[in-house]
Parts: sequence; structure tokens; C-alpha cells
Amino acid sequence: MSQPDPSFIRLQGISKHFGDFVAVDNVDLDIGRGELFSILGGSGCGKTTLLRMLAGFETPTAGRIEIDGVDVTTVPPYERPVNMMFQSYAVFPHMSVEKNIAYGLRKERAPAAQIAKRVDEMLELVQLADFRRRKPVQLSGGQQQRVALARALIKRPKVLLLDEPLAALDKKLREHTQFELMNIQDELGITFVVVTHDQEEAMTLSSRIAVMHKGRFLQVGKPKEIYEYPCNRFVADFIGTINTFEGTVTAVDDDGIAIESTDAGTSITALGQHDVAVGKPACIAVRPEKVFIGRDEPSDSSDIRMRGVVDDLAYLGNLSLYRVRLASGKIILVSQQNRQRSAERYVEWEDEIWVSWRPRSSIVLVEDR
Amino acid sequence: MELLGRRDLWWRRLIVAIPYLWLFVFFALPFLIILKISLADPIMARPPFSETVSADNFIFLLNDKLYAITYLRSIVLAAAATVLCLLLGFPMAYGIARSTPAVRSFLLLLIVLPFWISFLLRVYAWMGLLNNYGVVNNLLIWLGVIDQPLQIMYTDFAIFLGLTYSYLPFMILPLYATLERMDLDLVDAALDLGASRTAAFWDITWPLARPGVVAGCLLVFIPAMGEYVIPYLLGGPEAMMIGRVLFDEFYFNRDWPLASAVAIMLLVILVVPIVFLQRNQAREAESAA
Amino acid sequence: MRRQSRLILTVLAFGYAFLYIPLVSVVVYSFNDSRLAAVWGGFSTRWYGELLKNEQILDATFLSLQIAATSATFATILGTMAGLVLVRFGRFRGKTLFSGMLTSPLVMPEVITGLSLLLLFVTLQQLVGWPGQRGFSTITIAHTTFSMAYVAVIVRSRLAAMDQSLEDAAMDLGCRPTRVLFDVTLPLIAPAMIAGWLLSFTLSLDDLVIASFVSGPGSNTLPMVIFSKVKLGVTPDINALASIFILIVSTGLVISWLLLRRRTTAS
Repeated sequence: MSQPDPSFIRLQGISKHFGDFVAVDNVDLDIGRGELFSILGGSGCGKTTLLRMLAGFETPTAGRIEIDGVDVTTVPPYERPVNMMFQSYAVFPHMSVEKNIAYGLRKERAPAAQIAKRVDEMLELVQLADFRRRKPVQLSGGQQQRVALARALIKRPKVLLLDEPLAALDKKLREHTQFELMNIQDELGITFVVVTHDQEEAMTLSSRIAVMHKGRFLQVGKPKEIYEYPCNRFVADFIGTINTFEGTVTAVDDDGIAIESTDAGTSITALGQHDVAVGKPACIAVRPEKVFIGRDEPSDSSDIRMRGVVDDLAYLGNLSLYRVRLASGKIILVSQQNRQRSAERYVEWEDEIWVSWRPRSSIVLVEDR
Repeated sequence: MELLGRRDLWWRRLIVAIPYLWLFVFFALPFLIILKISLADPIMARPPFSETVSADNFIFLLNDKLYAITYLRSIVLAAAATVLCLLLGFPMAYGIARSTPAVRSFLLLLIVLPFWISFLLRVYAWMGLLNNYGVVNNLLIWLGVIDQPLQIMYTDFAIFLGLTYSYLPFMILPLYATLERMDLDLVDAALDLGASRTAAFWDITWPLARPGVVAGCLLVFIPAMGEYVIPYLLGGPEAMMIGRVLFDEFYFNRDWPLASAVAIMLLVILVVPIVFLQRNQAREAESAA
Repeated sequence: MRRQSRLILTVLAFGYAFLYIPLVSVVVYSFNDSRLAAVWGGFSTRWYGELLKNEQILDATFLSLQIAATSATFATILGTMAGLVLVRFGRFRGKTLFSGMLTSPLVMPEVITGLSLLLLFVTLQQLVGWPGQRGFSTITIAHTTFSMAYVAVIVRSRLAAMDQSLEDAAMDLGCRPTRVLFDVTLPLIAPAMIAGWLLSFTLSLDDLVIASFVSGPGSNTLPMVIFSKVKLGVTPDINALASIFILIVSTGLVISWLLLRRRTTAS
């Protein structure tokens, strides 16, 4: 493996304007060598523009892009040590698999023997050796994607950019491809930058994720950090589902805070230091799987507890999902693992139940900018 | 195949038979008649042809230098107009296909609009532009480029301009159709893999646009070859094209057999491009479906 | 978000200028008071007035409109049938010949189509005594034949883009194939049929060469009258006529474009 280098790709103050529209707004980012980094966001958040700037298809309005210590801000795409796997795959329809894969080296005017050898290697890597003379129309979507991958990897780029790599595949193939991509990345040690709108894809693939919204990064971190410690409501909502409670802060100390929420009809506590003041509004959230559901009142008095009625439930095999209506009318979501086999359900429709969670599961959300 | 009742089957046959018969009587049959009459001799009668069969007309056509020159001039002028249409039409179609949807539909409207205005009147418009006292000459004199009116009208150059002008939309539309369908990521992918803009054009855009190029060129070349109005109005009396010769043989000389022979010869020249075009279109329709 | 290169913008501007300068100049000259194209004699609408007094042109216009409307209607019926046959009727014997005959008129030089039809009419007259006189009916037949090819192409592409399951659904709900045709298929391809009718109408109104071949003495269509006048050079009343054409066509197309655009943005 190559040397760890935390700022192998470095974006400094990158902005991109299209007329009055600000697609990317003053973004700073360091990506380390060998990372599998994801940029996650909804459509129109600027992630694709950012990727296109990395590839060299767009020039930033302001800022600087460095790859491996070299300023590439104004270097055209065909001279960058970067290759891209397009969302549409962009496999050349009039060339065979072989020709597609060889294209990059051909344009480099590499010697024929070298091209042949590398094409063989790539075909081996993506397991398409039997399909080398086929035309793209004769391939399945998954196979076309491998052609696109092999074609992008043959020049041994320093960085591989992947635009929604799994979006066009069906569920089974997605999981398979996901692990294959991770294996190839591991094997070749190339830095991968993935753009996706799919949080699950980002969570499973990446070593780190940047959540992007309206041209800015809201949070950059490991998947677990982003899921368990979202820094604001948008991130919390975008990744996974979450229950939120609005309220007024009643107590703040070094160990945690408490809010009084009319939605919950009780006081909710959270641990840790937060930048809130007594008497001001605040929001506390909890993930559905952190909430317990039961017929009896929970014994631990430090837990957050409230009564509700089961409004709806769904049995998903490994999980059961509950929609619980609180006294205030607010609906919260609870998910519970089905740890034991039983024909009878523990909780049924319209049952009066208790829901509770640990104070350390509470997430304090600051408002969006 | 669907299952059909007796009554429906009868309907079905009727729907096939009516257009089939129409086309056979009014399109296929006339060609057989042309072929027959091209082998007849002209006589002073109504109708002005004999019942005899001979190859005299064709022998005459092949031996007369004037006709050979006319065929050649038609080919050269039609080909030149096709090339200019392609040189103008390709960048235009490309530009239209790459513009934003709102602009694109307006640009397309402007391409289609002349189609709906009388062809004859559009060619006529050039008469006012090109003649010795026309807009072009006045402009050139006013600019000081020339001090005597330039003879543009009634030259081969005027025919060439007229052909290009009239058939340019026929080039742009099929080109636009293929270029618009093309995935722009393909060009980006080529650039990403190290191709320069020029290389990406020749490696990707051009081969993928080829069906459109073929269709456009043939849609310009074939009708331009047989053009009658343009050489008549814009060309000089000696600047003959084959369509005009055919019409004059028929209309002024009343030599119907010779006109038929001229038509057969024109068809012989055009049969290869026409078949080529039809196959190209069929392939396109298949790949689009 | 991709910018156009300067070369392409230049060619676009040049190309559109090339297409539109002749039309603009005709419109400008139609308001020229002077009979001579070379001199600007001041603004005037007198040529429009003279045009409306020209009986020859008015008669020819009337005949042309009649022929255009009749042939467009026949062409739409026949062309729609042909389009249906090509897309929905599967394979049958002679289909290749059928589609070949159908699409050939699209590319056939007009002089050949015109001459061949004339010779057919002459032969028919000898054999069965019909058509006794060439004129309205022969021109209408000729125009129907080449227009139906255009209608068939338009209808075919519309049908090919249409979801066949709509027809299957109707059949599943108990419609006989004939009913399906009238209840489902025809209403769905109606826009294509209307477009085909309009195109046929224009093509017929536009045609000089074929009509010159198959018309008889005394039946002069509008293009034939125009041609006989412009053969001799630029004439101011034809400028006025051309301007009227340009005005009608551009207004019609711009309105339909705006309607279409509103409908697509609404959906």
C-alpha cells in the first residue's frame, strides 16, 4: 500500500456559478490517498458539479484543486491523472468491449503489446474475458458497468471518480457490485470518489462521507459518525429515519441538557455539552431502533419514557416496525428486532404501551443555517 | 399473431388492400408504363408515341454528348450542394441538439418553418437577391467591393446556392435526430480517457452520427439531382440539369418517349442511393425501437 | 450546462441568416411602391391591392385550395391505413413491396413521379376511357399518392411510440379489434393524423412539377400561375403573394408552437 497522505486530493474554496445559480459554494475538502470517499446529497445539491470539476469538465469559478500535490484547477480532462465511471456508463456503442477498454491507452499512444497485456489484465479483473469481442448492446447493464470500470482503470489513474455507480442496477446486483468495487479498490489502492444520492450505498461503500446540500458540505465524517451524531436536522433526516421533538430548554449543565416538549408531554434529556440556553427552543431526536417498546412501565427512571397507542405495525421478518401515537397526537416510529421466534405478537394494534430510550441515545439537533 | 374472428379478418384484409391497391396502380404501375414508353418512338398523334419497341432513345441518349454533360453537371451540382449542406448543417444540427430545451424547440421551429412556405416562392426570393440590381449586388457595390454588378443570376453558382438553400433543412433534421439521441457522456468519457476535443469528435461523435449523415446527404442529393424549378429560375438557358431536360423534352418538344428514357436513366443513377437510403432508414427505425 | 463553442455559434448565426434573409427581403420588397426591384419607391401596399384584383391568381388559388383539401383528406385516410398496416399488422406476404412503394415517393424526383403518372393517365384513357379530361381529378390523385407516404411516416412513428398495451387492454375489456381501432387507436393517433393532413395540404399547395405534368388545358393551379409569371423575372405582386404566404405560415406555426410549449410545460 502507498503512503498514507491525508490531503492527497485537496479542494480549497471551490465555488461554481452558472449565471446567477450557485451550484457549489466555497467548499473545502481533503481526501486521503486510498480512501473510498462518498459525496452524498439530493439532486441539485451540487455533487455532480463537484465531481465534474474534479474530472476537469468544469472549471471552478473560484478556488483551487490539487491532486497529489499538483495544482490541476485548469488542467483539461484529458491531461488529468483522473478517470471517471459515468452514471450512464457511457460505453462507446460502436466499439467492442476490448476496444472500449483499450481506448485510454490508445490515446496515450502506448505500444500495442502493452495495450494488449493491460486489456487482458483488465478483462480478467472485471471477469469479462469471454465477452471481449462483444458489442455493448449485447451486454447486460451490469456487464456494461464492468466495461466502464475496466476502461476507467486501465490508465491506472490516481483517482477514480464514480457517478452513482449502483443507481441503475437491481437490488441483488447492487449488493454484489458494491462488494466488488470495494475489493477492487482494496486491491489497486486507487483513491475512489463516489457521488450518490443513496444513503445506504454511501454508508456501506465509504470510508468517509460528505453530506452536501445547496452547494455546501453540512457534515464530513465516517459513516457511523454521520449516522449516530448528525450535526443538524437535514443530515439527521437525510440519513435514515428519525423522530424529532421540539421543546424549550429547562436545564443545561456539563453533563447534558433537558427540554420540556409539549409533543412528548414530558421532559426529554440528552447527554453531552451543547450550545443552548435555558428558555430557548431546542430540538432533540432519536433513531427508531434506539427506542424500546413495552406493555409495562420501564423501571429505570433515568430513561425517557412516554405512553402511547400502537397505531400501525408491520412485520418485516428480521424487524418489526411500529407507528406509535402519543397522547399529544404526535406519531413516532419505533423499530424492534425480532429476537425470538413466537407465533403471537407481543404488541398488537391499539395496545396501550410505553416507549422509552436512554438519554445517551438522544441527539441534540441545531437548526439549519 | 392475435386470434381473430371471421369478420375482423375481413376488415383487416380491407385495410391492407385499399392502400396496397392504390399504391400499386398509382405508383408501381406507372413505372412499368414509363419503361414501355421509353422503348417507343415519338409520332405525331395523340398520345404522341408509337406501339413499337426499340432501344433507339437510349442509344441516342448515350451517344449525344449534350446529355452526358447534363447528367454530369447534375451530379456535380447536386454533390456540391450536398457537401455544402453537410458543412453548414452538421455544426447547425450539433448546436441545436446541444442547446437548452426551450431554445432548442424554437431553433427547430425556424428550421421547419421554410418547409411550410411554398418552395417555388422561396426559390423566387433568391431571384430578387441575386439579380444584377438585386440585394446582393447593391450591398457589394455599396460596400465598395465591386463597382459593376456581378453576374450571379443565371449561373451554375446561383443553382448551387439555390439547391443548398432549399435542401439545407433536409440535411439538418436527420442529423439533429441522431445527434440529439447521442449521450453526451460519451464525448466526456473520451476526453476523460485522454482524447483531445478533435480526437473525441472523430472517434465518437462522427461515427455515431453517421446514420444521420447518410440520411441527410441522400435526402439532399436525390431530389437535387432531379430538380427542375431551381435550374429553370436561377440557372441560365444553357445551364441545364437533368430534371429540366426531362421536363423540356416532354413539355416543349412533346417527345414523350425520349423524356421517358431520360427518366429511366435518371432512375438508374438514383436507384443505388435510393436503396441505400431506404436500408439506412429501416436500420435506424429498428435501432430506435 | 455545457457551453457552445464559438465556431458552432457562428455557423448557427450564419445558417439562420442564410435561411431567412431571402424571406425577409421578399417581404420588404413587397411594400416597395416602385415596379422596378432596383429602386426603392417608398412604402406602399398597392401590390397587395392589385393581387386581390387579379382574377387569374384568385381562380388558381381557389382551385389549388380545393385540390389541397381533397387530396389531403384522401391522403390522410390512405396514409393512416398504411401506417397501421406497417406497425400493427405483423408480417404478411408482399409487405416488403408495400413498404417500398410507400416510402419511395418521399425521395423520388418530382419529374419522374409526374411523368410516370401522366403516362398512366394517358394509358388508362386509351384502355378504359377514363380520365376523360385531365385536371382536378388527376392532380388530386397524384397529390394523394405522394402525400399519403408522408402521412404514413408520421402515423407510423406515432404508433411505434405508442404503448400497445392500451389496445390490448381494450381487447381484454371485451372490444372487438374493429372497435379497438375506432375507440382507442384512432383517437390516440389523431394528432399525427392532423399533422399529416396539414402537411399533405401544404405539399399539395406547394407542388408545381407534378401538377404541370398531370393537369390538362385550362386547369392551372396557383404554383403554375406563379411559375408562368416569375419565369420572366421579379414581379412586385408575387412579392406580395409570397409575403402573404410567409405571414400565414409563420403565424400558424408560431401559434401551434406556443400552444404545444404551454401543454408540455403544464404536464
